[in-house]
Amino acid sequence: MQKALAAIVSRLVIAVPYAWLLVFFLAPFLIVLKISFSSTAIAMPPYTPVLDWTGGISGLIAKFGEFSTFNYEFLFDDSLYLKAYLSSVVIAAISTFLTLLIGYPIAYGMARAPATIRPTLLMLVILPFWTSFLIRVYAWIGILKPEGLLNQLLLAVGLIDEPLIIMNTYTAIFIGIVYSYLPFMILPLYSALEKMDYSLVEAAEDLGCTPFGAFWKVTFPLSIPGIVAGSLLVFIPATGEFVIPDLLGGSQTLMIGKTLWNEFASNRDWPLSSAVAILLLLLLVIPIVLFQNAQAKAQEAGK
Amino acid sequence: MNTVWSRFNISSVVLGFAFLYLPIVLLVIYSFNESKLVTVWAGFSTKWYVSLLSNQSVLDAAWVTVRVGILSATVATVLGTLAALTLVRFTRFRGRLLFSGMVFAPLVMPEVITGLSLLLLFVAIGLDRGFITVTLAHITFTMCFVAVVVQSRLMTFDRSLEEAAMDLGAPPVKTFFQITLPVILPAIISGWMLAFTLSLDDLVISNFTSGPGATTLPMKIYSQVRLGVTPEINAICSLMIGVVALGVIGASLVNKRREVQRLRDEQAARQGNG
Repeated sequence: MQKALAAIVSRLVIAVPYAWLLVFFLAPFLIVLKISFSSTAIAMPPYTPVLDWTGGISGLIAKFGEFSTFNYEFLFDDSLYLKAYLSSVVIAAISTFLTLLIGYPIAYGMARAPATIRPTLLMLVILPFWTSFLIRVYAWIGILKPEGLLNQLLLAVGLIDEPLIIMNTYTAIFIGIVYSYLPFMILPLYSALEKMDYSLVEAAEDLGCTPFGAFWKVTFPLSIPGIVAGSLLVFIPATGEFVIPDLLGGSQTLMIGKTLWNEFASNRDWPLSSAVAILLLLLLVIPIVLFQNAQAKAQEAGK
Repeated sequence: MNTVWSRFNISSVVLGFAFLYLPIVLLVIYSFNESKLVTVWAGFSTKWYVSLLSNQSVLDAAWVTVRVGILSATVATVLGTLAALTLVRFTRFRGRLLFSGMVFAPLVMPEVITGLSLLLLFVAIGLDRGFITVTLAHITFTMCFVAVVVQSRLMTFDRSLEEAAMDLGAPPVKTFFQITLPVILPAIISGWMLAFTLSLDDLVISNFTSGPGATTLPMKIYSQVRLGVTPEINAICSLMIGVVALGVIGASLVNKRREVQRLRDEQAARQGNG
Protein backbone atom coordinates (compact mmCIF):
# COMPACT_ATOMS: atom_id res chain seq x y z
CA MET A 1 0.00 0.00 0.00
CA GLN A 2 2.67 2.49 1.09
CA LYS A 3 4.90 1.38 -1.74
CA ALA A 4 2.16 1.81 -4.32
CA LEU A 5 1.43 5.29 -2.99
CA ALA A 6 5.11 6.22 -3.15
CA ALA A 7 5.27 4.99 -6.74
CA ILE A 8 2.29 7.12 -7.73
CA VAL A 9 3.73 10.17 -5.97
CA SER A 10 7.10 9.82 -7.64
CA ARG A 11 5.38 9.47 -11.03
CA LEU A 12 3.58 12.74 -10.31
CA VAL A 13 6.79 14.46 -9.24
CA ILE A 14 8.21 13.75 -12.68
CA ALA A 15 5.03 14.19 -14.69
CA VAL A 16 3.84 17.59 -13.50
CA PRO A 17 6.90 19.73 -14.36
CA TYR A 18 7.51 17.57 -17.45
CA ALA A 19 4.03 18.21 -18.79
CA TRP A 20 4.28 21.91 -18.00
CA LEU A 21 7.53 22.28 -19.93
CA LEU A 22 6.22 20.26 -22.86
CA VAL A 23 3.16 22.51 -23.15
CA PHE A 24 4.77 25.87 -22.40
CA PHE A 25 8.29 25.46 -23.68
CA LEU A 26 8.58 22.76 -26.34
CA ALA A 27 5.17 23.19 -28.00
CA PRO A 28 5.54 27.00 -28.40
CA PHE A 29 8.95 26.46 -29.88
CA LEU A 30 7.57 23.99 -32.44
CA ILE A 31 4.84 26.49 -33.27
CA VAL A 32 7.47 29.17 -33.95
CA LEU A 33 9.27 26.72 -36.20
CA LYS A 34 6.07 25.93 -38.05
CA ILE A 35 4.94 29.53 -38.44
CA SER A 36 8.35 30.53 -39.74
CA PHE A 37 7.44 28.40 -42.78
CA SER A 38 4.05 30.05 -43.25
CA SER A 39 3.27 33.11 -45.30
CA THR A 40 1.96 36.43 -44.10
CA ALA A 41 -1.76 37.11 -44.31
CA ILE A 42 -3.84 40.11 -43.45
CA ALA A 43 -5.99 38.46 -40.82
CA MET A 44 -5.98 37.59 -37.16
CA PRO A 45 -3.77 35.74 -36.44
CA PRO A 46 -1.81 37.34 -39.26
CA TYR A 47 -0.40 34.24 -40.88
CA THR A 48 -1.44 31.20 -42.91
CA PRO A 49 -1.69 28.22 -42.74
CA VAL A 50 -2.87 27.91 -39.16
CA LEU A 51 -2.53 24.49 -37.60
CA ASP A 52 -5.90 22.97 -38.29
CA TRP A 53 -6.97 19.59 -36.98
CA THR A 54 -10.42 19.59 -38.59
CA GLY A 55 -9.11 17.97 -41.78
CA GLY A 56 -7.59 15.07 -39.86
CA ILE A 57 -4.24 13.58 -40.84
CA SER A 58 -4.79 13.97 -44.58
CA GLY A 59 -5.80 17.60 -44.08
CA LEU A 60 -2.65 18.12 -42.08
CA ILE A 61 -0.53 16.65 -44.85
CA ALA A 62 -2.24 18.93 -47.35
CA LYS A 63 -1.37 21.85 -45.13
CA PHE A 64 2.27 20.88 -45.34
CA GLY A 65 2.03 21.58 -49.07
CA GLU A 66 1.44 25.23 -48.24
CA PHE A 67 4.70 25.48 -46.33
CA SER A 68 7.07 27.95 -47.83
CA THR A 69 10.64 28.87 -47.24
CA PHE A 70 9.75 32.36 -48.42
CA ASN A 71 10.60 33.97 -45.09
CA TYR A 72 14.05 32.48 -44.99
CA GLU A 73 14.74 33.41 -48.61
CA PHE A 74 13.59 36.91 -47.80
CA LEU A 75 15.93 37.07 -44.79
CA PHE A 76 18.90 36.05 -46.90
CA ASP A 77 18.00 38.31 -49.82
CA ASP A 78 17.50 41.44 -47.78
CA SER A 79 20.91 42.59 -46.60
CA LEU A 80 19.27 44.46 -43.69
CA TYR A 81 18.71 41.21 -41.81
CA LEU A 82 22.15 39.80 -42.49
CA LYS A 83 23.64 43.09 -41.32
CA ALA A 84 21.51 42.96 -38.17
CA TYR A 85 22.69 39.43 -37.37
CA LEU A 86 26.29 40.31 -38.05
CA SER A 87 26.23 43.52 -36.06
CA SER A 88 24.54 41.77 -33.11
CA VAL A 89 27.35 39.23 -33.00
CA VAL A 90 30.04 41.90 -33.35
CA ILE A 91 28.46 44.16 -30.72
CA ALA A 92 28.02 41.23 -28.34
CA ALA A 93 31.62 40.07 -28.90
CA ILE A 94 33.14 43.52 -28.36
CA SER A 95 31.01 44.11 -25.25
CA THR A 96 31.95 40.69 -23.88
CA PHE A 97 35.62 41.51 -24.32
CA LEU A 98 35.19 44.92 -22.65
CA THR A 99 33.26 43.29 -19.79
CA LEU A 100 36.11 40.83 -19.34
CA LEU A 101 38.70 43.63 -19.32
CA ILE A 102 36.77 45.55 -16.67
CA GLY A 103 35.52 42.55 -14.70
CA TYR A 104 38.83 40.71 -14.38
CA PRO A 105 40.64 43.26 -12.15
CA ILE A 106 37.52 43.60 -9.98
CA ALA A 107 37.16 39.82 -9.55
CA TYR A 108 40.91 39.51 -8.91
CA GLY A 109 40.85 42.29 -6.34
CA MET A 110 37.89 40.63 -4.61
CA ALA A 111 39.56 37.23 -4.58
CA ARG A 112 42.68 38.73 -2.99
CA ALA A 113 40.73 40.71 -0.39
CA PRO A 114 40.96 39.65 3.28
CA ALA A 115 38.76 36.56 3.78
CA THR A 116 36.63 38.39 6.35
CA ILE A 117 35.28 40.98 3.92
CA ARG A 118 34.94 38.69 0.89
CA PRO A 119 31.30 37.66 1.61
CA THR A 120 30.34 41.34 1.87
CA LEU A 121 32.06 42.14 -1.44
CA LEU A 122 30.28 39.20 -3.06
CA MET A 123 26.94 40.43 -1.72
CA LEU A 124 27.68 43.90 -3.13
CA VAL A 125 28.26 42.45 -6.61
CA ILE A 126 25.04 40.43 -6.50
CA LEU A 127 22.89 43.27 -5.13
CA PRO A 128 22.59 45.30 -8.38
CA PHE A 129 21.34 42.12 -10.07
CA TRP A 130 18.26 42.33 -7.86
CA THR A 131 17.37 45.82 -9.06
CA SER A 132 15.45 46.00 -12.28
CA PHE A 133 17.37 45.62 -15.50
CA LEU A 134 15.19 48.27 -17.12
CA ILE A 135 15.91 50.70 -14.29
CA ARG A 136 19.65 50.17 -14.60
CA VAL A 137 19.52 50.88 -18.33
CA TYR A 138 17.26 53.88 -17.75
CA ALA A 139 19.72 55.32 -15.22
CA TRP A 140 22.30 55.66 -17.99
CA ILE A 141 20.05 57.83 -20.17
CA GLY A 142 20.23 60.61 -17.60
CA ILE A 143 24.01 60.27 -17.49
CA LEU A 144 24.80 59.95 -21.18
CA LYS A 145 22.42 62.31 -22.94
CA PRO A 146 23.86 65.56 -24.38
CA GLU A 147 22.68 67.70 -21.44
CA GLY A 148 23.25 64.76 -19.08
CA LEU A 149 25.35 64.43 -15.97
CA LEU A 150 28.52 63.17 -17.67
CA ASN A 151 28.64 66.07 -20.10
CA GLN A 152 27.85 68.57 -17.32
CA LEU A 153 30.75 67.20 -15.31
CA LEU A 154 33.21 67.19 -18.21
CA LEU A 155 32.18 70.72 -19.26
CA ALA A 156 32.50 72.01 -15.70
CA VAL A 157 35.96 70.50 -15.33
CA GLY A 158 36.91 71.96 -18.66
CA LEU A 159 37.94 68.72 -20.37
CA ILE A 160 35.58 69.35 -23.29
CA ASP A 161 34.16 72.50 -24.87
CA GLU A 162 30.96 71.08 -26.26
CA PRO A 163 28.86 68.10 -25.15
CA LEU A 164 29.93 64.65 -26.31
CA ILE A 165 27.34 62.80 -28.34
CA ILE A 166 27.15 59.37 -26.71
CA MET A 167 23.42 58.67 -26.54
CA ASN A 168 22.06 56.86 -29.60
CA THR A 169 25.47 55.57 -30.67
CA TYR A 170 27.12 52.17 -30.46
CA THR A 171 29.26 53.49 -27.59
CA ALA A 172 26.09 53.86 -25.51
CA ILE A 173 25.15 50.24 -26.31
CA PHE A 174 28.61 49.04 -25.22
CA ILE A 175 28.31 50.97 -21.95
CA GLY A 176 24.81 49.59 -21.38
CA ILE A 177 25.79 45.97 -22.00
CA VAL A 178 29.01 46.16 -19.96
CA TYR A 179 27.15 47.77 -17.07
CA SER A 180 24.16 45.41 -17.11
CA TYR A 181 26.11 42.18 -17.48
CA LEU A 182 29.20 42.96 -15.38
CA PRO A 183 28.02 40.86 -12.37
CA PHE A 184 27.60 37.83 -14.70
CA MET A 185 31.28 38.17 -15.63
CA ILE A 186 32.60 38.91 -12.14
CA LEU A 187 30.88 35.98 -10.36
CA PRO A 188 32.36 33.04 -12.34
CA LEU A 189 35.75 34.79 -12.52
CA TYR A 190 35.71 35.35 -8.78
CA SER A 191 34.83 31.75 -8.00
CA ALA A 192 37.69 30.54 -10.25
CA LEU A 193 40.22 32.99 -8.78
CA GLU A 194 39.12 32.49 -5.19
CA LYS A 195 39.67 28.71 -5.33
CA MET A 196 43.15 29.18 -6.76
CA ASP A 197 46.20 28.27 -4.71
CA TYR A 198 48.30 31.45 -4.54
CA SER A 199 51.39 29.64 -3.33
CA LEU A 200 51.78 28.67 -7.00
CA VAL A 201 52.22 32.35 -7.88
CA GLU A 202 54.69 32.78 -5.04
CA ALA A 203 56.62 29.76 -6.24
CA ALA A 204 56.80 31.23 -9.74
CA GLU A 205 58.04 34.53 -8.37
CA ASP A 206 60.63 32.78 -6.16
CA LEU A 207 61.87 31.03 -9.27
CA GLY A 208 62.49 34.38 -10.92
CA CYS A 209 59.26 35.23 -12.68
CA THR A 210 58.27 38.91 -12.76
CA PRO A 211 54.89 39.60 -11.10
CA PHE A 212 53.33 40.05 -14.52
CA GLY A 213 55.03 36.91 -15.84
CA ALA A 214 53.70 34.93 -12.90
CA PHE A 215 50.21 36.29 -13.52
CA TRP A 216 50.35 35.45 -17.23
CA LYS A 217 51.83 31.97 -16.78
CA VAL A 218 50.04 30.84 -13.59
CA THR A 219 46.99 32.89 -12.58
CA PHE A 220 45.59 33.53 -16.04
CA PRO A 221 45.59 29.89 -17.27
CA LEU A 222 44.02 28.73 -13.99
CA SER A 223 41.22 31.25 -14.38
CA ILE A 224 40.29 30.17 -17.91
CA PRO A 225 37.18 28.16 -16.83
CA GLY A 226 35.88 31.32 -15.17
CA ILE A 227 36.68 33.38 -18.26
CA VAL A 228 34.83 30.93 -20.51
CA ALA A 229 31.76 30.74 -18.26
CA GLY A 230 31.62 34.50 -17.73
CA SER A 231 32.12 35.33 -21.41
CA LEU A 232 29.34 32.97 -22.52
CA LEU A 233 27.01 34.29 -19.81
CA VAL A 234 27.52 37.78 -21.24
CA PHE A 235 27.71 36.93 -24.94
CA ILE A 236 24.55 34.80 -25.20
CA PRO A 237 22.01 37.25 -23.75
CA ALA A 238 23.81 40.27 -25.25
CA THR A 239 23.36 38.89 -28.79
CA GLY A 240 19.57 38.80 -28.45
CA GLU A 241 19.40 42.00 -26.41
CA PHE A 242 16.42 44.25 -27.09
CA VAL A 243 16.06 46.79 -24.27
CA ILE A 244 19.59 48.21 -24.40
CA PRO A 245 19.80 48.92 -28.17
CA ASP A 246 16.24 50.20 -28.09
CA LEU A 247 16.70 52.68 -25.23
CA LEU A 248 20.37 53.65 -25.55
CA GLY A 249 21.14 52.90 -29.20
CA GLY A 250 18.44 54.98 -30.86
CA SER A 251 16.76 54.18 -34.12
CA GLN A 252 19.81 53.73 -36.34
CA THR A 253 21.55 50.93 -34.49
CA LEU A 254 21.00 47.44 -35.82
CA MET A 255 20.57 44.49 -33.49
CA ILE A 256 18.61 41.36 -34.19
CA GLY A 257 16.51 41.40 -31.01
CA LYS A 258 15.27 44.85 -31.95
CA THR A 259 14.63 43.79 -35.56
CA LEU A 260 12.56 40.86 -34.33
CA TRP A 261 10.46 43.10 -32.11
CA ASN A 262 9.93 45.64 -34.92
CA GLU A 263 8.85 42.97 -37.38
CA PHE A 264 6.47 41.65 -34.79
CA ALA A 265 5.04 44.85 -33.32
CA SER A 266 5.25 47.46 -36.07
CA ASN A 267 5.07 45.43 -39.27
CA ARG A 268 2.90 42.68 -37.77
CA ASP A 269 4.80 40.15 -39.83
CA TRP A 270 4.64 37.16 -37.49
CA PRO A 271 6.01 34.54 -39.90
CA LEU A 272 9.03 36.70 -40.64
CA SER A 273 9.70 37.39 -36.95
CA SER A 274 9.44 33.63 -36.32
CA ALA A 275 12.05 33.01 -39.01
CA VAL A 276 14.26 35.70 -37.42
CA ALA A 277 13.85 33.93 -34.06
CA ILE A 278 14.78 30.52 -35.49
CA LEU A 279 17.91 31.89 -37.13
CA LEU A 280 18.88 33.73 -33.94
CA LEU A 281 18.56 30.46 -32.05
CA LEU A 282 20.69 28.62 -34.62
CA LEU A 283 23.29 31.36 -34.21
CA LEU A 284 23.32 30.80 -30.46
CA VAL A 285 23.24 26.98 -30.48
CA ILE A 286 27.02 26.66 -30.48
CA PRO A 287 27.67 29.05 -27.56
CA ILE A 288 24.73 27.55 -25.62
CA VAL A 289 26.02 23.97 -26.06
CA LEU A 290 29.53 25.14 -25.11
CA PHE A 291 28.12 26.71 -21.97
CA GLN A 292 26.11 23.62 -20.99
CA ASN A 293 29.20 21.45 -21.47
CA ALA A 294 31.33 23.78 -19.36
CA GLN A 295 28.66 23.72 -16.62
CA ALA A 296 28.40 19.93 -16.72
CA LYS A 297 32.18 19.64 -16.47
CA ALA A 298 32.29 22.04 -13.53
CA GLN A 299 29.53 20.05 -11.83
CA GLU A 300 31.45 16.79 -12.32
CA ALA A 301 34.59 18.40 -10.90
CA GLY A 302 32.64 19.72 -7.93
CA LYS A 303 31.34 16.30 -6.94
CA MET B 1 50.01 33.08 2.63
CA ASN B 2 50.26 36.59 1.31
CA THR B 3 47.43 38.58 2.87
CA VAL B 4 48.49 42.07 1.87
CA TRP B 5 45.71 43.62 -0.12
CA SER B 6 47.70 45.63 -2.62
CA ARG B 7 46.86 49.17 -3.62
CA PHE B 8 46.08 47.98 -7.16
CA ASN B 9 43.57 45.43 -5.93
CA ILE B 10 41.88 47.88 -3.57
CA SER B 11 41.54 50.53 -6.24
CA SER B 12 40.15 48.13 -8.84
CA VAL B 13 37.52 46.89 -6.39
CA VAL B 14 36.60 50.43 -5.30
CA LEU B 15 36.41 51.73 -8.89
CA GLY B 16 34.41 48.66 -9.94
CA PHE B 17 31.85 49.15 -7.20
CA ALA B 18 31.65 52.87 -7.95
CA PHE B 19 30.83 51.97 -11.56
CA LEU B 20 28.17 49.48 -10.41
CA TYR B 21 26.49 51.77 -7.91
CA LEU B 22 26.94 55.36 -9.12
CA PRO B 23 24.21 55.28 -11.80
CA ILE B 24 21.68 53.85 -9.33
CA VAL B 25 22.63 56.36 -6.63
CA LEU B 26 22.34 59.27 -9.10
CA LEU B 27 18.94 58.02 -10.22
CA VAL B 28 17.66 57.97 -6.64
CA ILE B 29 19.15 61.40 -5.85
CA TYR B 30 17.53 63.00 -8.89
CA SER B 31 14.12 61.57 -8.00
CA PHE B 32 14.13 64.18 -5.20
CA ASN B 33 14.83 67.00 -7.64
CA GLU B 34 12.52 70.00 -7.54
CA SER B 35 13.02 70.76 -11.24
CA LYS B 36 11.17 69.00 -14.00
CA LEU B 37 14.44 68.83 -15.91
CA VAL B 38 15.88 65.62 -14.54
CA THR B 39 19.52 66.59 -14.86
CA VAL B 40 19.43 70.12 -13.45
CA TRP B 41 19.42 70.20 -9.66
CA ALA B 42 16.95 72.77 -8.29
CA GLY B 43 16.57 71.79 -4.69
CA PHE B 44 15.13 68.96 -2.63
CA SER B 45 11.52 67.97 -3.09
CA THR B 46 9.30 64.96 -2.61
CA LYS B 47 6.64 66.26 -4.96
CA TRP B 48 7.23 63.55 -7.58
CA TYR B 49 6.44 60.88 -5.03
CA VAL B 50 3.26 62.72 -4.08
CA SER B 51 2.18 63.05 -7.70
CA LEU B 52 2.92 59.36 -8.18
CA LEU B 53 0.35 58.46 -5.54
CA SER B 54 -2.37 60.19 -7.52
CA ASN B 55 -1.36 58.59 -10.84
CA GLN B 56 -3.99 55.89 -11.21
CA SER B 57 -2.45 54.15 -14.24
CA VAL B 58 0.88 53.71 -12.43
CA LEU B 59 -0.86 52.38 -9.32
CA ASP B 60 -2.89 49.95 -11.46
CA ALA B 61 0.27 48.73 -13.18
CA ALA B 62 1.99 48.26 -9.82
CA TRP B 63 -0.96 46.21 -8.54
CA VAL B 64 -0.95 44.00 -11.66
CA THR B 65 2.81 43.48 -11.32
CA VAL B 66 2.56 42.45 -7.67
CA ARG B 67 -0.29 40.01 -8.36
CA VAL B 68 1.48 38.45 -11.35
CA GLY B 69 4.68 38.26 -9.30
CA ILE B 70 3.18 36.54 -6.26
CA LEU B 71 1.04 34.12 -8.26
CA SER B 72 3.71 33.17 -10.78
CA ALA B 73 6.49 32.90 -8.19
CA THR B 74 4.38 30.58 -6.04
CA VAL B 75 3.41 28.22 -8.87
CA ALA B 76 6.95 28.40 -10.30
CA THR B 77 8.39 27.46 -6.91
CA VAL B 78 6.24 24.34 -6.69
CA LEU B 79 6.99 23.31 -10.28
CA GLY B 80 10.68 24.23 -10.00
CA THR B 81 11.10 22.24 -6.79
CA LEU B 82 9.46 19.21 -8.41
CA ALA B 83 11.73 19.62 -11.42
CA ALA B 84 14.79 19.81 -9.16
CA LEU B 85 13.70 16.66 -7.29
CA THR B 86 13.25 14.91 -10.62
CA LEU B 87 16.70 15.96 -11.83
CA VAL B 88 18.52 14.91 -8.66
CA ARG B 89 16.53 11.92 -7.44
CA PHE B 90 15.29 10.19 -10.59
CA THR B 91 18.39 9.67 -12.65
CA ARG B 92 16.83 7.02 -14.84
CA PHE B 93 13.57 7.46 -16.67
CA ARG B 94 12.56 7.69 -20.27
CA GLY B 95 13.00 11.18 -21.69
CA ARG B 96 15.34 12.43 -18.97
CA LEU B 97 17.67 14.07 -21.47
CA LEU B 98 14.78 16.00 -23.02
CA PHE B 99 13.61 16.99 -19.54
CA SER B 100 16.96 18.37 -18.38
CA GLY B 101 17.33 20.14 -21.71
CA MET B 102 13.95 21.79 -21.22
CA VAL B 103 14.85 22.86 -17.68
CA PHE B 104 18.18 24.44 -18.62
CA ALA B 105 17.43 25.85 -22.07
CA PRO B 106 15.10 28.66 -20.92
CA LEU B 107 17.91 29.99 -18.71
CA VAL B 108 19.98 30.96 -21.74
CA MET B 109 17.16 31.46 -24.25
CA PRO B 110 16.99 35.05 -25.54
CA GLU B 111 13.89 36.65 -24.04
CA VAL B 112 12.59 37.77 -27.43
CA ILE B 113 12.35 34.12 -28.51
CA THR B 114 10.65 32.93 -25.31
CA GLY B 115 8.20 35.81 -25.54
CA LEU B 116 7.39 35.31 -29.21
CA SER B 117 6.96 31.54 -28.89
CA LEU B 118 4.63 31.79 -25.87
CA LEU B 119 2.57 34.43 -27.64
CA LEU B 120 2.18 32.20 -30.68
CA LEU B 121 1.08 29.33 -28.42
CA PHE B 122 -1.56 31.49 -26.74
CA VAL B 123 -2.84 32.63 -30.13
CA ALA B 124 -2.88 29.05 -31.44
CA ILE B 125 -4.97 27.76 -28.52
CA GLY B 126 -7.19 30.84 -28.61
CA LEU B 127 -6.33 32.21 -25.17
CA ASP B 128 -6.93 35.96 -24.95
CA ARG B 129 -3.86 37.90 -23.96
CA GLY B 130 -4.05 39.42 -20.50
CA PHE B 131 -3.40 38.68 -16.85
CA ILE B 132 -3.56 34.89 -17.28
CA THR B 133 -1.17 34.71 -20.22
CA VAL B 134 1.48 36.93 -18.56
CA THR B 135 1.26 34.81 -15.43
CA LEU B 136 1.62 31.54 -17.39
CA ALA B 137 4.61 32.98 -19.26
CA HIS B 138 6.29 34.15 -16.05
CA ILE B 139 5.73 30.76 -14.38
CA THR B 140 7.41 29.05 -17.32
CA PHE B 141 10.59 31.08 -17.43
CA THR B 142 11.03 31.53 -13.67
CA MET B 143 10.44 27.87 -12.72
CA CYS B 144 13.72 26.96 -14.39
CA PHE B 145 15.63 29.40 -12.17
CA VAL B 146 13.93 27.92 -9.09
CA ALA B 147 14.86 24.43 -10.29
CA VAL B 148 18.56 25.39 -10.54
CA VAL B 149 18.62 26.95 -7.06
CA VAL B 150 16.85 24.00 -5.39
CA GLN B 151 18.85 21.46 -7.37
CA SER B 152 22.17 22.80 -6.08
CA ARG B 153 20.90 22.49 -2.49
CA LEU B 154 19.61 18.94 -3.10
CA MET B 155 22.98 17.85 -4.47
CA THR B 156 24.73 18.64 -1.19
CA PHE B 157 21.93 17.07 0.84
CA ASP B 158 23.00 14.38 3.31
CA ARG B 159 20.83 11.45 2.29
CA SER B 160 21.65 9.42 5.37
CA LEU B 161 19.10 11.62 7.21
CA GLU B 162 16.37 10.34 4.93
CA GLU B 163 17.60 6.78 5.17
CA ALA B 164 17.58 7.02 8.96
CA ALA B 165 13.97 8.22 8.97
CA MET B 166 12.91 5.42 6.64
CA ASP B 167 14.81 2.83 8.69
CA LEU B 168 12.83 4.05 11.67
CA GLY B 169 9.66 3.28 9.74
CA ALA B 170 8.64 6.61 8.22
CA PRO B 171 6.97 6.19 4.82
CA PRO B 172 8.70 7.99 1.89
CA VAL B 173 6.09 10.74 1.56
CA LYS B 174 6.22 11.47 5.28
CA THR B 175 10.02 11.42 5.17
CA PHE B 176 9.91 14.03 2.43
CA PHE B 177 7.69 16.41 4.39
CA GLN B 178 9.41 15.90 7.76
CA ILE B 179 13.07 15.63 6.75
CA THR B 180 13.77 16.69 3.17
CA LEU B 181 11.49 19.71 2.92
CA PRO B 182 12.69 21.48 6.09
CA VAL B 183 16.31 21.01 5.01
CA ILE B 184 15.85 22.40 1.51
CA LEU B 185 13.38 25.09 2.64
CA PRO B 186 15.93 27.96 2.60
CA ALA B 187 16.72 27.12 -1.04
CA ILE B 188 13.01 27.00 -1.85
CA ILE B 189 12.49 30.39 -0.22
CA SER B 190 15.38 31.97 -2.10
CA GLY B 191 14.02 30.33 -5.26
CA TRP B 192 10.68 32.01 -4.62
CA MET B 193 12.36 35.37 -4.09
CA LEU B 194 14.39 34.97 -7.26
CA ALA B 195 11.26 34.05 -9.23
CA PHE B 196 9.38 37.00 -7.75
CA THR B 197 12.10 39.53 -8.63
CA LEU B 198 12.53 38.09 -12.12
CA SER B 199 8.79 38.43 -12.66
CA LEU B 200 8.78 41.96 -11.21
CA ASP B 201 11.62 42.85 -13.53
CA ASP B 202 10.54 41.32 -16.78
CA LEU B 203 9.79 43.59 -19.70
CA VAL B 204 10.36 41.67 -22.90
CA ILE B 205 8.32 38.54 -22.20
CA SER B 206 5.49 40.60 -20.67
CA ASN B 207 5.47 42.87 -23.71
CA PHE B 208 4.81 39.88 -25.94
CA THR B 209 2.35 38.00 -23.78
CA SER B 210 0.35 40.73 -22.09
CA GLY B 211 -2.76 42.35 -23.42
CA PRO B 212 -5.06 45.27 -22.68
CA GLY B 213 -5.81 45.67 -18.99
CA ALA B 214 -2.72 43.80 -17.84
CA THR B 215 0.04 46.40 -18.18
CA THR B 216 2.85 45.64 -15.76
CA LEU B 217 5.03 48.29 -14.14
CA PRO B 218 8.09 47.65 -16.36
CA MET B 219 5.83 47.94 -19.43
CA LYS B 220 4.48 51.23 -18.07
CA ILE B 221 7.99 52.54 -17.30
CA TYR B 222 9.22 51.47 -20.71
CA SER B 223 6.46 53.27 -22.58
CA GLN B 224 7.11 56.43 -20.52
CA VAL B 225 10.89 56.26 -20.95
CA ARG B 226 10.45 56.26 -24.70
CA LEU B 227 8.70 59.61 -24.34
CA GLY B 228 11.56 61.05 -22.30
CA VAL B 229 13.22 61.01 -18.90
CA THR B 230 11.07 62.51 -16.13
CA PRO B 231 11.59 62.83 -12.37
CA GLU B 232 8.38 60.86 -11.91
CA ILE B 233 9.94 57.78 -13.56
CA ASN B 234 12.96 58.29 -11.30
CA ALA B 235 10.59 58.22 -8.35
CA ILE B 236 8.91 54.96 -9.48
CA CYS B 237 12.32 53.37 -10.04
CA SER B 238 13.59 54.54 -6.65
CA LEU B 239 10.56 53.02 -4.95
CA MET B 240 11.11 49.71 -6.74
CA ILE B 241 14.79 49.73 -5.79
CA GLY B 242 13.79 50.49 -2.19
CA VAL B 243 11.30 47.61 -2.01
CA VAL B 244 13.78 45.11 -3.48
CA ALA B 245 16.64 46.32 -1.25
CA LEU B 246 14.44 45.93 1.85
CA GLY B 247 13.49 42.42 0.73
CA VAL B 248 17.07 41.34 0.08
CA ILE B 249 18.41 42.82 3.33
CA GLY B 250 15.51 41.29 5.28
CA ALA B 251 16.10 37.88 3.74
CA SER B 252 19.83 37.98 4.49
CA LEU B 253 19.13 38.95 8.12
CA VAL B 254 16.71 36.03 8.49
CA ASN B 255 19.30 33.73 6.94
CA LYS B 256 21.98 35.00 9.30
CA ARG B 257 19.78 34.45 12.34
CA ARG B 258 18.97 30.91 11.22
CA GLU B 259 22.67 30.25 10.70
CA VAL B 260 23.54 31.53 14.19
CA GLN B 261 20.70 29.46 15.66
CA ARG B 262 21.93 26.36 13.84
CA LEU B 263 25.51 26.83 15.09
CA ARG B 264 24.19 27.28 18.64
CA ASP B 265 22.07 24.13 18.33
CA GLU B 266 25.01 22.15 17.02
CA GLN B 267 27.21 23.37 19.85
CA ALA B 268 24.54 22.50 22.41
CA ALA B 269 24.17 19.04 20.90
CA ARG B 270 27.92 18.51 21.03
CA GLN B 271 28.13 19.61 24.65
CA GLY B 272 25.20 17.35 25.46
CA ASN B 273 27.13 14.42 23.99
CA GLY B 274 30.35 15.32 25.80
